[in-house]
Amino acid sequence: MSFLGLFLMVFLVVHLGINLCLLRSDGGEWFNAAAHFMGTNYVVKVFEVILLACFILHILLGIILQVQNWMSRPVRYEITNKTYTPFLSKYMIYTGSVVLIFLILHFMNFYFIKLGWVSNIHVSPEGEPNFYLIAQDLFIQPVYSIIYILLFIVLGFHLNHAFQSAWQTLGVNHPQYNTFITRFGTVYSIVVCLGFIFIPLYFLLIR
Amino acid sequence: MAELNSKIPSGPLHNKWSHYKDHQNLVNPNNKRKLDVIIVGTGLAGASAAASLGEMGFNVKIFCYQDSPRRAHSIAAQGGINAAKNYPNDGDSIYRLFYDTIKGGDYRAREANVYRLAEVSNAIIDQCVAQGVPFAREYGGSLENRSFGGAQVSRTFFARGQTGQQLLLGAYGALSRQIKLGTVKLFNRHEMMDVVIVDGKARGIIARDLISGKLERHFGHAVVIATGGYGNVFYLSTNAMGSNGSAIWQIFKKGAYFANPCFTQIHPTCIPVHGDYQSKLTLMSESLRNDGRIWVPKKKEDAEAHRQGKLKANDIPEEDRDYYLERRYPAFGNLVPRDVASRAAKERCDAGFGVGPTGLAVFLDFKESIGRLGKHVIEERYGNLFQMYEKIVDENPYENPMMIYPAVHYTMGGTWVDYELMTTVTGLFAAGEANFSDHGANRLGASALMQGLADGYFVLPYTLQNYLSGEIKVPRMSTDKTEFEEAEKKVQERLEKLLSIKGSKSVDHFHKELGKIMWENVGMGRTETSLKNAIELIRKLRAAFWREVKIPGSMNELNIELEKANRVADFMELGELLAYDALNRNESCGGHFREEYQTDEGECRRNDEAFKYVAAWEYKGEGEFVLHKEPLVYEEIEVKQRVYK
Amino acid sequence: MKLILKIWRQKNAKSQGKFVIYSLDNISPNCSFLEMLDILNEELIQKDEDPVVFDHDCREGICGMCSLYINGHPHGPDDAVTACQLHMRKFKDGDTIVIEPWRAKPFPVIKDLMVDRSAFDKIIQEGGYISVNTGGAAEANNILISKEASELAMDAAACIGCGACVAACKNASAMLFVSAKVSQFALLPQGKIEAKQRVKKMVKMMDKLGFGNCTNTYACEAECPKLISRSNIARMNREFMCAKII
Repeated sequence: MSFLGLFLMVFLVVHLGINLCLLRSDGGEWFNAAAHFMGTNYVVKVFEVILLACFILHILLGIILQVQNWMSRPVRYEITNKTYTPFLSKYMIYTGSVVLIFLILHFMNFYFIKLGWVSNIHVSPEGEPNFYLIAQDLFIQPVYSIIYILLFIVLGFHLNHAFQSAWQTLGVNHPQYNTFITRFGTVYSIVVCLGFIFIPLYFLLIR
Repeated sequence: MAELNSKIPSGPLHNKWSHYKDHQNLVNPNNKRKLDVIIVGTGLAGASAAASLGEMGFNVKIFCYQDSPRRAHSIAAQGGINAAKNYPNDGDSIYRLFYDTIKGGDYRAREANVYRLAEVSNAIIDQCVAQGVPFAREYGGSLENRSFGGAQVSRTFFARGQTGQQLLLGAYGALSRQIKLGTVKLFNRHEMMDVVIVDGKARGIIARDLISGKLERHFGHAVVIATGGYGNVFYLSTNAMGSNGSAIWQIFKKGAYFANPCFTQIHPTCIPVHGDYQSKLTLMSESLRNDGRIWVPKKKEDAEAHRQGKLKANDIPEEDRDYYLERRYPAFGNLVPRDVASRAAKERCDAGFGVGPTGLAVFLDFKESIGRLGKHVIEERYGNLFQMYEKIVDENPYENPMMIYPAVHYTMGGTWVDYELMTTVTGLFAAGEANFSDHGANRLGASALMQGLADGYFVLPYTLQNYLSGEIKVPRMSTDKTEFEEAEKKVQERLEKLLSIKGSKSVDHFHKELGKIMWENVGMGRTETSLKNAIELIRKLRAAFWREVKIPGSMNELNIELEKANRVADFMELGELLAYDALNRNESCGGHFREEYQTDEGECRRNDEAFKYVAAWEYKGEGEFVLHKEPLVYEEIEVKQRVYK
Repeated sequence: MKLILKIWRQKNAKSQGKFVIYSLDNISPNCSFLEMLDILNEELIQKDEDPVVFDHDCREGICGMCSLYINGHPHGPDDAVTACQLHMRKFKDGDTIVIEPWRAKPFPVIKDLMVDRSAFDKIIQEGGYISVNTGGAAEANNILISKEASELAMDAAACIGCGACVAACKNASAMLFVSAKVSQFALLPQGKIEAKQRVKKMVKMMDKLGFGNCTNTYACEAECPKLISRSNIARMNREFMCAKII
């Protein structure tokens, strides 16, 4: 879980980098170039498979662990535990599930189009989908954007706990560095989420 | 019954134990597997004995009433464990540890046993360190020592304020290892109900599975009782709620003599009693006396005002404070042995200088040492104790002096054993606090842990083997034998009888009453009148108990009231013997203080001519006890008056 | 103080349990929580009812026997204490107190509030010790241990094995308990020899017994009466990975 999670976090940064290309008012030139690169480069393709495997494993493991954890307490407490714990740390499976729903939606909108499983109207003369236009179409719908924003807030909470949790699971815990790790995780989750959230806001409000 | 033969090996004192070990009989490994040993109790003595005997290859069955062996009350010992390592280079030696222990016990302990205890003390520390017990360390990485009440050298090893816990967990680990290896079988939540004697030898026990309530028969070629002390006869004590004297009382009834029952220790630094509903007293480690100063107000008016809550301790000026231990015992001051400190507190409170709402408390003040060493040093040394005090009393001991009062803590008396730790019943052994042991009339701080582990790790493995070498031809017996059947039937009848009373008062009611009688009449200050009174009151209470006790539920289920009733029924008889012994001992020594026998200054007046013996009692029937005397012969040391001035 | 108690009653391991409501009056705030239950039991006995069964022994917070889940907290609302050291002054007059047993698959209820924690013993039996025979030890000061390491080992060794960590954990995970023992020995030179075997065996047994997985919510640390740190869990994770990989 922890390894996979950390790897996915690195991926998120890359993804954010590409997404931020949407903000350039170049009619999607950079963004489409990046998308094209990601879609055709062989190294990236290998990574794509790894990444997909990571996602699936991370989700599967998460579900298996959760089921085991539920089974470890067959009789529930009358009064749910009131112990003070870090915010939403107890609800990783729920925040994770929300992210999973988003992921499916996201795949339908972009990844499956790339694979040609789902048809779309924005196709370049060479037959390649124009992801810039696809994204733009989606983001100018307020409902989609609001859902998108909310989902990223949830992802933020997921990441906030996940970052330091992953290091703890990997055995990295030292009084000298613990605060740094926790803060770094918080900063990371805020920056990444705000980064992603900024894009629909840009399309909705600024442009 | 056999005459008392302590079986002390001949030869000079310092050679006795090695001579014994060199000449004892051994059992070969093939035969060890065929020999079963039953051990009752999983405290320091029981767990360490079981682990060691299991390692040697014997077949061990171990019993405890708790849910896990790790809960035994040895775990609550705070202060430390003594050993004659002389790491601090302050002149300690095996002889000195031996001498201090004998002197501390007011010359009522057996010389050879105590010497052996001092002799093996160093090996205990080695053993525990090898097991990973995290003793306190110096910056250089070597072991740290501290001084403890009643000693002029620093010979106490400690693991914060949780030494007993760490030593017990070490022994529990060793025991767990043997359980895994299959040499030891654990019976948790089982209580021993009786010992089974076949042809004059202990051959097993009747135990009750506390969950199902069923009685079980267990065979053993030898039986070891390591069930701790009987301090709960006073109801309020520092013992655990479940600590009981039933095992030693049952074997007493089957012929194992009970030695020096009146030697009970009252610990000076406990949190005072605060209400009727109170179930136990909490001990604050004696180590607190290293830095705390004990005092009461000099003026009775001040004490009275404090009792009524009109005056705070900090408002009593320095010149109006009576540091009575420093005043009376300038050489040892606040570090006098436990019995002396306890009695001095009682004396002040009886004279009307006691503080706190009940008037039964004295101050233990850290102001001076906080000023001298700084709060952080005190916090480092006693942080957990201070926190515990604050949790219980709801007052900050860094700012206000603590209030303390003596409480029953340890029982030096117990089952009589010879040099081999065998009782007067062949094949029946007693170890740790359960035996009358090595502490004489008073135990020095940090000696109980030493004794428990000495018995279990370093004495029983030798002496029990010596005994078992004669049993190799005895095959495992069927527990269908008449002796087992009869013993079980008797237990069954007794439990049925208890359940059939269906009276109107709870077990706790009787236990509390018994405690009151014991504390008031057989407590810190005893007189002929009070003791006779106690015997009479106990008899009446016992009769009332068997007439009026109320126990809900049935036998074949988990029944906590029945468990308690069974234990209290034994305490009702044990208390009487305690008073009997105290009445017989017309002298004051150690923890036994007869008000008739005191010096002009209020100190103990021993009578060596008449009472330099171990009083071993034989059971003849309810309330009928016959005294056997084991004279104490001191070859090595000169018997002196104990002076701490 | 006047109190309403809602207590889990269950006749034995096999029967169905239910909550029963009792009311108590005239409880002193200086009373300990278990003494309050003693008073309730005294009343129940007088009314010819079965007293409430709960585990307890030393009543000074060290034996680890008491195991009550009080108002959503193992050992109740106070910090760093066991239920036996919890005092009624932490509650308010008229409060309703819900008392449940530890809930976890490896801790089945025996009766009322008493649970079977022998699973912990089984984990320790797998390797929660240093294999040294009696009498086979070297002179104690031959092993030098830095003060820092011995203090850290002592921090971990302070665990009383009460199971509050399991009770508090939303996953009923025993990681804090197991890691405390693993850490104690991992920090000491004596323990290093068997370290790899120890951590593998103990973790394997922990999983086999049905304890849940650690998701780092740190509820265990927050409820531990002996303040055992989660850094022990990280240390155990480290030890475990090294043992598996190398």
